[in-house]
Amino acid sequence: MAKRKTIRTIPRERAEVGEQDPQARIRNFDEVTLRFTPEQARHEADRCIECPRPACTPGCPVGVDVKGFIMKLSAGDLRGAYEVITETNLLPAVCGRVCPQENQCEGACVVGNQFAPVAIGRLERFVGDTAIANGWSSIPYIEPSGFRIGIVGSGPAGMACAADMAKAGCDVTVYEAFHVPGGVLRYGIPDFRLPNTVIDAEIANLEKLGVKFECNTLVGRLFTIEQMIEEMGFHAVFIGTGAGYPSFLGIPGDNLNGVLSANELLTRCNMMKAKDGGFDTPLPIGARVAVIGAGNTAMDAMRVCRRLGAEQVHCIYRRSRAEAPARVEEVHHAEQEGIDFHWLTAPVEILDDGKGGVRGMRCIRMELGEPDASGRRRPVVVKGSEYEFDCDLVVVAIGTNANPIIGQTSKIKLDKRGYIATDDDLATSLAGVYAGGDIVTGAATVIQAMGAGRKAARGMKRYLGLRDTETVY
Amino acid sequence: MPSHPDHRGFEIVAREDFSDVTYLLEVHHPQMAKAARAGQFVIVMLHEHGERIPLTIADFDRQKGTITLVIQAVGKTTREMQQVCRVGTHLLALTGPMGEPSHIGGQRHVVCVGGGLGVAPIFPQARAYKESGATVVAVVGFRSKDLVFWEDKFRACCDEVIVCTDDGSAGLKGNVTTGLRQALDADPEIDEVVAIGPPVMMKACAEVTRPRNIKTVVSLNPIMVDGTGMCGGCRVKIGTGIKFACVDGPDFDAHQVDFDDLMVRLKRFSETEKAALARWEEGCRLGTAQPAGK
Ligand SMILES: Cc1cc2nc3c(=O)[nH]c(=O)nc-3n(C[C@H](O)[C@H](O)[C@H](O)COP(=O)(O)OP(=O)(O)OC[C@H]3O[C@@H](n4cnc5c(N)ncnc54)[C@H](O)[C@@H]3O)c2cc1C
Ligand SMILES: Cc1cc2nc3c(=O)[nH]c(=O)nc-3n(C[C@H](O)[C@H](O)[C@H](O)COP(=O)(O)OP(=O)(O)OC[C@H]3O[C@@H](n4cnc5c(N)ncnc54)[C@H](O)[C@@H]3O)c2cc1C
Ligand code: SF4
Ligand code: SF4
Ligand code: FES
Repeated sequence: MAKRKTIRTIPRERAEVGEQDPQARIRNFDEVTLRFTPEQARHEADRCIECPRPACTPGCPVGVDVKGFIMKLSAGDLRGAYEVITETNLLPAVCGRVCPQENQCEGACVVGNQFAPVAIGRLERFVGDTAIANGWSSIPYIEPSGFRIGIVGSGPAGMACAADMAKAGCDVTVYEAFHVPGGVLRYGIPDFRLPNTVIDAEIANLEKLGVKFECNTLVGRLFTIEQMIEEMGFHAVFIGTGAGYPSFLGIPGDNLNGVLSANELLTRCNMMKAKDGGFDTPLPIGARVAVIGAGNTAMDAMRVCRRLGAEQVHCIYRRSRAEAPARVEEVHHAEQEGIDFHWLTAPVEILDDGKGGVRGMRCIRMELGEPDASGRRRPVVVKGSEYEFDCDLVVVAIGTNANPIIGQTSKIKLDKRGYIATDDDLATSLAGVYAGGDIVTGAATVIQAMGAGRKAARGMKRYLGLRDTETVY
Repeated sequence: MPSHPDHRGFEIVAREDFSDVTYLLEVHHPQMAKAARAGQFVIVMLHEHGERIPLTIADFDRQKGTITLVIQAVGKTTREMQQVCRVGTHLLALTGPMGEPSHIGGQRHVVCVGGGLGVAPIFPQARAYKESGATVVAVVGFRSKDLVFWEDKFRACCDEVIVCTDDGSAGLKGNVTTGLRQALDADPEIDEVVAIGPPVMMKACAEVTRPRNIKTVVSLNPIMVDGTGMCGGCRVKIGTGIKFACVDGPDFDAHQVDFDDLMVRLKRFSETEKAALARWEEGCRLGTAQPAGK
């Protein structure tokens, strides 16, 4: 047996991962971070000291057996590593790329106490990509249970719930309002962070499990949740419709042409492919763009504008860099790509060019005061610090609210903020109807949405009296 | 892409041309025909390279399982559809019914005003008001006599139909506000007016009814992408607040609507739209106008 690894014997430095040069990548939508080579993956796997009680696993919202999959990797058993991850995480190629690992698995990894933590996300992506390249999918023997399950929304929450219910032998149909499935993974997150081919591969895996996708279907309006149960023969329903109802600023100039939500920009660019040429959907491109917010959505919007040819891209955020909710890697990449960050700055007014468009913005400086309810220090206005600067496009990325359609069309109980109310099992007020993901929690993360989809599946299985076959994955 | 049962899309089962700019498409979608109600719309995508465009459900036939769209060819997409949508061809995507259905019921005397591309969308409302027991006057406006369509359909479900033409070649001479005034003067008991058409027209109708204090509903048509509340592109100013027309509307209280804002927002992409149309027309001339523009 190999000698036990300790913090003193492992490589101190992380395997260096390839990245597209910033000057080159601001002219394309190809992926920024390259995949580990097998040697790099091996090096990084060697950095895990295989803790007896791993801290990483509880750090992961779905509890991926990180140590388990890394040990398989070290042993050269990639297929085995894939099987270990997919016991808990359906979409390793996605989560490896987009999880905020620094707050989750990697944030908890003990190696991080002395060196950079094990690059768990990149290893996970390496395994996920290898699986896609080789066409692996873990399809267990499925015994039909006779139950029919309807899933509303094809984002990560819906995908995860669909997979678990299909594996439990149910006949699963996923309804999606758009003409293509994938949710935010498709319309929101750009190709340079998560290529469409990855999403296509994951959808294809679900189809191999027997899951049917019906796009162009706006549930609530074409048929209601109640009709699914009462008339359409579904034994249980899962709602994973996301939280895409964008907020605007509520300041003068909000409605000018040239002010748009990050969702609109990203949808036009990513899903409607306006960036590719030969597609009809128009895409507003500014020479000087101001993006409000500093979450993942804001970073994506800024980097998309950069790639579409904007000369200057400004980020306006009322707190400081330390409070920015985006993944650290994205902030870092955005900085490399020449985004101009205005930390501790809030917009006051968007200035009219006299023709309905935008000519600039008036901002005010902020400083950090006492911590607020979220525990973050509350930004307060610095009196007399207002200033103006020129811009011709303003992209608003300050968050989203609950989508109202299901609430408008069903008797389902909502909470005070308009999100769907659920119990601990993610059961809603309607019998047999479960909900999870952003439509329950408000905007969160891909892995949390997936975890919610799986949790709801467990609840549904109990409701239907099905044995929990989760371990078969 | 994996999607609906028929991978080619949604079949066009009938087509009628009302003029060289207005045409009707009847599309097979039994589930939608069953669900559709007056005031709702769909989003259509012609092909993979196309835009998603909103169109009102101008009629639906629950027996035949079809919905009807009446379209004015104004730009690239609507002209391309005019050229390629034949009976037996398919629309790639058709989603709906979208939007809150019109609140119909309880009104006793109603005037339904449709102008330009609003004539067809006002029809299901007129019919629904009639079915709810109201007395219904329809005022429909066209540029000239040869552009008039569906007069018989309106006559079949309304108590009175007032046709207006800009040049006076049929019915009243003048725009729909002339007809609206006439209808209001004739019946002091009118308790609701519904107006659909270009924003200028809806604004003019709102100004006719405002001094008379008659509740007026308009169906707004801002530029849309998803139609599900996700992008905020369709936001409109209503009173002091902002609403998303696709999920909060498209019907709003006309006296609260900021029409000037709507008109400015509709010009958002005018440069790109002009360029797209010019490119496409050039392609048609050269015989290379392939939808897949790559
Ligand atoms: C631009 C952007 C970048 C992000 N980056 C990251 C990141 O780097 N890392 C991370 O962890 N998280 C990120 N997030 C957050 C993450 O994507 C979401 O938390 C997650 O996708 C939520 O999943 P969901 O399944 O709940 O909903 P969604 O992904 O929103 O999917 C919901 C789906 O339901 C469909 N739908 C809605 N209503 C209906 C209806 N009535 N009928 C039928 N279908 C309907 C929608 O069209 C959509 O496809 C990002 C979000 C955005 C917007
Ligand atoms: C809820 C709703 C219902 C609608 N119902 C119908 C209908 O039943 N029949 C119909 O013919 N049209 C309808 N429209 C308008 C239709 O969507 C637009 O005409 C279409 O998107 C134009 O696309 P295009 O590519 O052909 O033209 P573009 O090149 O996009 O535009 C050409 C011209 O049309 C104007 N235009 C663009 N978008 C709109 C719009 N949303 N509304 C009004 N004018 C616009 C532009 O200002 C421009 O001058 C509706 C719009 C909405 C929002
Ligand atoms: S799913 Fe995300 S949080 Fe969990 S181990 Fe993988 S990368 Fe880390
Ligand atoms: S905490 Fe870090 S070192 Fe320990 S098992 Fe997890 S990944 Fe390996
Ligand atoms: S069309 Fe996107 S929110 Fe209404």
